[in-house]
Amino acid sequence: MPVRAVELAEQFETIEKQEHAARLAMWVFLGSETLLFAGLFALYAAYRVMYPADFHQALAHNDTVLGTVNTVVLITSSFTVALAVHYVREDKSRLAALLLGLSVAFGMTFLVVKFVEYADHIHHHALPAGMYTMANAPPAGAVMGQTLYWFMTALHGLHVVAGMIMLGVAAIGCARRRYGRHRFIIVENSGLYWHLVDIVWIFLWPLFYLVK
Amino acid sequence: MDPRGVGATHPDYMRAESGVRSWLLTKDHKRIALMFYGAVITFLMLGGIFALILRTELLTPETTIIDPMTYNQMFTLHGVTMVWLFLIPSIPAVFGNFVLPLMLGAKDLAFPRINLASFYVYVASAIIILTAMVLGGADTGWTFYVPYSSTSPTAVTWMGIGIFVNGVSSIMTALNFVVTTHTLRAQGLRWHRLPLFVWAIYGTSIIILFATPVLGLSLLLVAADHGLGLGIFDPRYGGDPVLFQHLFWFYSHPAVYIMILPSFAVISEVVCTFSQRPPASYRAIAYSSLGIAFIGFFTWGHHMFVAGMSEWDAGVFGGLSMFVAIFSAIKVFTWVATLRGGSIAFSTPMLYFLWFLFLFVFGGMTGVAVATQSLDVHWHDGYFVVAHFHFIMVGGALTAFLAAAHYWFPKMFGKLYDERVGLLTSVAVFIGFVFTFLPQFLLGNAGMPRRYYSYPPHFQWLNVLSTGGAWLLGAGLILALINLVVALKWGRRAGPNPWGSRSFEWITSSPPSKHNFDVTPIIERTPYDYHLSEEDARARSRAS
Repeated sequence: MPVRAVELAEQFETIEKQEHAARLAMWVFLGSETLLFAGLFALYAAYRVMYPADFHQALAHNDTVLGTVNTVVLITSSFTVALAVHYVREDKSRLAALLLGLSVAFGMTFLVVKFVEYADHIHHHALPAGMYTMANAPPAGAVMGQTLYWFMTALHGLHVVAGMIMLGVAAIGCARRRYGRHRFIIVENSGLYWHLVDIVWIFLWPLFYLVK
Repeated sequence: MDPRGVGATHPDYMRAESGVRSWLLTKDHKRIALMFYGAVITFLMLGGIFALILRTELLTPETTIIDPMTYNQMFTLHGVTMVWLFLIPSIPAVFGNFVLPLMLGAKDLAFPRINLASFYVYVASAIIILTAMVLGGADTGWTFYVPYSSTSPTAVTWMGIGIFVNGVSSIMTALNFVVTTHTLRAQGLRWHRLPLFVWAIYGTSIIILFATPVLGLSLLLVAADHGLGLGIFDPRYGGDPVLFQHLFWFYSHPAVYIMILPSFAVISEVVCTFSQRPPASYRAIAYSSLGIAFIGFFTWGHHMFVAGMSEWDAGVFGGLSMFVAIFSAIKVFTWVATLRGGSIAFSTPMLYFLWFLFLFVFGGMTGVAVATQSLDVHWHDGYFVVAHFHFIMVGGALTAFLAAAHYWFPKMFGKLYDERVGLLTSVAVFIGFVFTFLPQFLLGNAGMPRRYYSYPPHFQWLNVLSTGGAWLLGAGLILALINLVVALKWGRRAGPNPWGSRSFEWITSSPPSKHNFDVTPIIERTPYDYHLSEEDARARSRAS
C-alpha cells in the first residue's frame, strides 16, 4: 500500500508546527483531566481522615491479589504502548499495530478482572450507598469508603474504555500504513492518554488495595 | 498593499460560500463565532425574560404574577442560563473566536474541527438544560447546594448533566485558544507584542482548563446523588455537604474570573483605540491577568465563612480574596493612566468603558467588603451579595460585551451602526442597571435575604425601584440589539479601520476574507504604536 503524504492543515506553515500544536494540546488536555481526578482524591482524603477505622473495614473486602494483577496488566500495557510509539517512528507500522492491538487486549483483561471484582463485591454486599436500606447499612464511614471505591474505579474504567478506543483507532491506522515515520503524532497522543489512565490507576491501587 | 486591507481582493467570509450547509459545517472561526453570537444572544434574552418575570413578581410582597414554586424554578433557570449559557461563553466564544486569530495574523484557530465541535457540544448542553426545564426545572438555585439538591423532586440530574456537557465545550474552546496562541503567531509577533486582548483570553483559557473539570466532577456527583442515590454528600451515609461547597466553589469562584477577564480583554483594546494611546503599562495589564488567574484558585473559602470554618481559615481566605483587588486595581489605574494626554473619542464603545469602570470599581470595592469575615456574616445570603455579584458579573461582563459588540461590529460585518442611537442605548443600559442593583445593596444591608418570594412591606419601595430599573435595562438592551440589526442591513459601509486602531485585526479587510489574510503578515511593531502614522503602522505589519 502506498504511503500517504502528510496532510498539512492550511492554518499551519510547517508540519513541525502542526505536530507541536497537537502535542501541546494533548498535554494541556491531560492536565485538565488530572484535575478531574484531583477532586475525587481530595474527597477520598477528606473522608478517610474523617472515618479512618470505617474505611479500614470497607476496604478489607478488596482483594489485594486481583488489584495487583490489574496493576501489572496496566503497566505492561503501557510498556507495549511505548514500544508501539517507538516502532511507528522507525516506520515499522505493522509491528506498531500489533503492539497497539496487544495493549487493547491488556485493557480488556483489566476490565474483565475488574468485573470479576465487582461481581464479588455485589456478592458480598459491598455496595455504594444508595443500594442499602437504612436498616441493614454498615456504619456511615464504611459505606462512604465503598461508594468512593465504586465511583472512582468506575470513572477510571470509563477512561480505560476511552483509551482502548483511541489505541484501537491508532492500531487500525498503523495496520493500514496511514501512520508511520511520516505521521505518528496520533499514535503518540493516544499513547500519552493511555499513560494517564495507567498513572491514575497507580494512585488508585495503593488507596484501595494496599493501604488498608 | 491594498489600502482596503490585506485580503480585500477575495470575497469576504460571509459571501465566500453560500447555503445553510456551508454555515452548519463550516470550519471558519469567523462563521463559528457568528453562530455562537446568535446562540448567546438568544440565551441572554431568555435569561433576561426570566429576570424580568422575577423582578415583576417582587413588585409586591405577596403573589403578583407567579406562584412560589415557579418562582424558585425561575431563579434557578435565570442563574443557570446567564452563567453557563451567556456569561462564560459570551466574550471568548464570540469575540475571542472571531478576533483572536486575526490578532495573531493566523488563518484560523489551531483546531478548526474542535472549534466547530465545541459549538455543537454547547448547543447539546443547552438542549439538555432546556429539556430539564420542561421536565420541571430545578429549584435549587444555580449553586446546587446539597443536601437539598440531592433530594429535590425537580430535574436536578438532567440539569447537572447539561452543565457537565457545557463544561466540555468550554474546555474545547479554551484548549484551542491556548494552543493557537502558542503556535500560530505571525512571524515577528513575540509574546510582548501580543495585543492585550490575547493575554487576557489566554489567562481565561488557563482558568477554564483547570477549574472546569472540578466543577464537572462536583455536578456529576450531585447528579449521581440525585439520580442514583449515591450519597457522596449525604449525611445519612457519612457524606459531608460542606465538602460539596468546597469542590463547587473551587471552580465557581475562579469562574467569576472566567466571566470578568474577557471583559478586561475587551476594555484594554477599547481604551487604547479610543484614546489613541499605547497602554500606560503594557506589562502591568498583561501580567495582572495572569495574577488574577492564579490567585483566583485560592479564594473559594470566602463563600463559606458561615459554613463552619475556623476564624483563622476565614481570615486567610479573606486576605487572599482581597489580593485579587490589588491586581484589579493595577488594571483600573493603568487604564485610567492610559487616557492621560490621549485624544479621547466618546463613541459608544468608549462610553461603555466608562460605565464598565464605574460598575467594576463599585462592584470590586463591595467585593473587598464582602471578603471581610465580620461584614460577610451580616450580609451573607442577602441582597447585598446579589447586588455585589451582579455589579461585577453583569455590570462588568455585560457592558464589556456591549462595548465589544459595537467596537468590532465594523470588523465583523463591514458596516457602521448609528452612533447617536448607540450612545442613547448605552446611557439607558447604565441608568437601568444602576436603578436595578443599587437599591439591592440597601435591601441587603437592611436584611432582605436572597431568593425569597416575599418580604416585609417596608422593603417595597426599594423593590419597586429595582423592578423599574430592570425594565429600563431590558428596554436599553433590546434597543441596542435593534440598532445593530438595523445597521447590518442599512448601515453605512465601514472602511477596513474606521476607528484608526493600530491593533493587528484591523490590517485585514472588514469584513475579512475567508482565510483572513492573503499572505501571512510579518509583524515588526506592537499593536499600540500610536506614535506611528497609520501608513507607517501598516508598513511595519507588511505582508511577507
